[in-house]
Amino acid sequence: MVAQATGLTPVKARKLAPDFTLKDSHGATVHLSDYRGKVVLLDFWATWCTPCQVEIPWFIEFERSLKGRGFAVLGVSMDEDGWDAVRPYIQKRGMNYRVLLGDEGVAKVYGGLDALPTTLVLDRDGRIAATHTGLSDKREFLDEITSLLESRNAGNGAGSGAGSAGAGAR
Amino acid sequence: MVLAAALVPLARAQGSGALSLGEIHPVAAARGAAAKVTLTMYVRTGFHVNSDKPNDDYLIPLKLTWDKGPLDVESVDYPAPQIEKTSFSDKLSVFSGSFRVSTNFRVPPDATPGSGAMTGKLKYQACDDHQCLRPQTIDVRVPVEIR
Repeated sequence: MVAQATGLTPVKARKLAPDFTLKDSHGATVHLSDYRGKVVLLDFWATWCTPCQVEIPWFIEFERSLKGRGFAVLGVSMDEDGWDAVRPYIQKRGMNYRVLLGDEGVAKVYGGLDALPTTLVLDRDGRIAATHTGLSDKREFLDEITSLLESRNAGNGAGSGAGSAGAGAR
Repeated sequence: MVLAAALVPLARAQGSGALSLGEIHPVAAARGAAAKVTLTMYVRTGFHVNSDKPNDDYLIPLKLTWDKGPLDVESVDYPAPQIEKTSFSDKLSVFSGSFRVSTNFRVPPDATPGSGAMTGKLKYQACDDHQCLRPQTIDVRVPVEIR
């Protein structure tokens, strides 16, 4: 079955996702630009955000099923209580993807991030191919990700068909 | 005996957040007397804020706290919450629309007569049916006249 990736911004209209440097839950320094060459689902979330809780199991599934195809989920927690709040949550929810702790600097360059979840789908060149604010749709995410993954050449992702990714949408 | 209860929601405060406070009037009370302050809160249409006792440990409760000041805080009373169903939860304990939070103060018997103020903070976290806004804190200041 070929899915339509209607949510993707045309390649020429995509803007580069602002780079950032943050720490992950193990204390490692992570630059967003480290992920260049991969399709990235960049999820700004928080432990207190109930709609974020709905999406997290989807992202766990995407990470598990699509990791080997040049895809990664990157969660950026906007919890003001820091790792004391976030680490137990990661453990409790079995989050299998990398989680970073956001700050006001990141919020600023991403437009304030007043509303969560805010989730961006980045192409292999680190450009923003789709933006979702609020609780979104699993199938829509999956279609966008698989469409970008099947665009083997960087900068050639918009509007291409998406095949089965092996991660069943609910 | 309550000598003065001086908060009347005559007008909505300006603000860009999902919650705003009604107008705050001064409170006047004698030494040793009780004084009740009621804050009226307005939640933006389509939004709710978590109640003071949300039904999930991860959720951020609405909480009014007072700094040390000329009045002693005896209790802060929140209204009964509403239980709401949203696209992301079957039972959320929330406040929406307009609601009131009261604080029972007492003037210390040895308080010095004169003017002062009670200051505090109101922390809340709001969501609508598909997204949540980051937690906000509103500074609260109530002018106090001790007789």
